[in-house]
Formats: sequence, C-alpha cells, structure tokens
Amino acid sequence: MNTLNELKCTFPARSENESFARTMVCAFAAQLDPTVEELADLRTAVSEAVTNCIVHAYRGSDAGTVTVTVRLLPDGVIYVRIADKGCGIADIPQAMTPLYSSAPAEERAGLGFTVMQSFTDRLTVTSKPDRGTTVTMRKKLTHGTDEAAGGRS
Amino acid sequence: MVELKQEPQKLTALLSGELDHHHAKEIREKIDFAVREQYPPVVVLDFGHVTFMDSSGIGLIMGRSRLMEEYGGTLEIHNPSQQIRKVLRISGADRLAVIRNHVHAAAANGKEPEHEYAE
Repeated sequence: MNTLNELKCTFPARSENESFARTMVCAFAAQLDPTVEELADLRTAVSEAVTNCIVHAYRGSDAGTVTVTVRLLPDGVIYVRIADKGCGIADIPQAMTPLYSSAPAEERAGLGFTVMQSFTDRLTVTSKPDRGTTVTMRKKLTHGTDEAAGGRS
Repeated sequence: MVELKQEPQKLTALLSGELDHHHAKEIREKIDFAVREQYPPVVVLDFGHVTFMDSSGIGLIMGRSRLMEEYGGTLEIHNPSQQIRKVLRISGADRLAVIRNHVHAAAANGKEPEHEYAE
C-alpha cells in the first residue's frame, strides 16, 4: 500500500471523543479537497465505527483505547482504520445485519455497519473474541484524483 | 442539545448541534420526560439546527416512534439537512415519521407546512 500521508491517534474510549475522532479524520481528508457530501459521508461512517468501539468493545469497563489511523492513498483514496482491544465480535455477519443490536437497551438502532457500508466504498471487519476489533474503510474522494491534484499544483 | 416547546396538542423538540451517541441519551431523557407529562397527540423533532447526525439519531427516532405508538400519537420530523436525510433514507426511518421541510418553529403552529419533503 503506497501511503502518501498518514495520521495516527490513540485516545480513551470515552463518548466525548466521538466528535473529536470524526472531526480529526475529516480535517485530514480535507487536503484532498472533497465535496461537502463526501466529507459528510466520511464523517458519518467514522462516527459509527468509533461509537461501536465505545458502546460495545469495552462495555463494563472505562479503561480502553481506540486507535484511528488515516492514510492518504494514491488516486484520492482515503483509508481509515479504527481498532480497539476490547471484547471482540463472535459473530461478525450477525453484527453486520441491519437492525441487529447487542445493546437495544441503549437504544442503538443496529445500523452502524449499514451506514459504514453505504457511505464508503469498501469496508472490512476483523475481530477476535477478547482481543479486539478492527474496521477498515476506503473511500475515493473525487476531487482528490491525480488529475485534479495536478491541475492545482 | 434540545429545547422543548410544549403546546396543548403538540410537543416540539428543537434539536441543535451534533446528534451522536454522546448527546443522544440526554436528549432522549428530556423528550421522554415531557412526553409522559402530557402525552401530546403530535411530537415534532425539529432537526433544523442539527449540524451532524449518525445512527444514534435513528435510534432516537425509532425509540420515540415506539413510545408514540403506545398511545397513538404521531411523530413528525422537521427540517432535516441533506446529510440527515441520507441517514434517514438508508435506515428506512423515513417511514416511521412524517417528514416536513422548511417548517419554521414559530410559524408552523396550526399552519400547513410550505411543502412536504418527498423523494
């Protein structure tokens, strides 16, 4: 993977950091001059992934961290990796089923993965029970193509 | 954040800022407390000043929709931004409530909306 630029950040899995995390990713992606809609999609997808870490990964414990890695890849592709070291997901297909939530009491809609899938080009989820979960997302930002970058420089 | 406006037949929740998991709980508790005080026939969630919403907002809508079903009330969603409409659409939550655009909270009382959102 030919990484042109990278940002990595680890923070406590506290809900007040949800806003920080999605804003940070969007600030990094801004160097590609994305459209308002592309940036809104990315912001929403990142918010879902980080919220999953906070709501599910460390349930019952306030000591946990989330690591967000953002990479700028060739052809205007943004890669985001969101990883926790929490409880993991035993059944990934079930977790990704629209409207399924393991935390209905907290009024989670069960749509986090659906939003991530809809708002990015590619989503991968890897998980091991008691080891943690890693979500990666890729999204091509149309304003960030080589031609556009060449035209600006 | 949420500001509540109680009228005899209607409860309006004027939402503002970012509607994510961090903020949803407080908003939900405030709305539900007011709903259970008066069981209004209509509850309006006004998203006009919401700058961001993820699926936590869908959870909020689904939960209020269920609450209103318990006593036969109607849920309305007013003034969702383009980003919010997109989240509503993929979640199917746009079928749980009447969605209206360009409704001004002050002028909307007892009047028809300028037009209804349809897609």
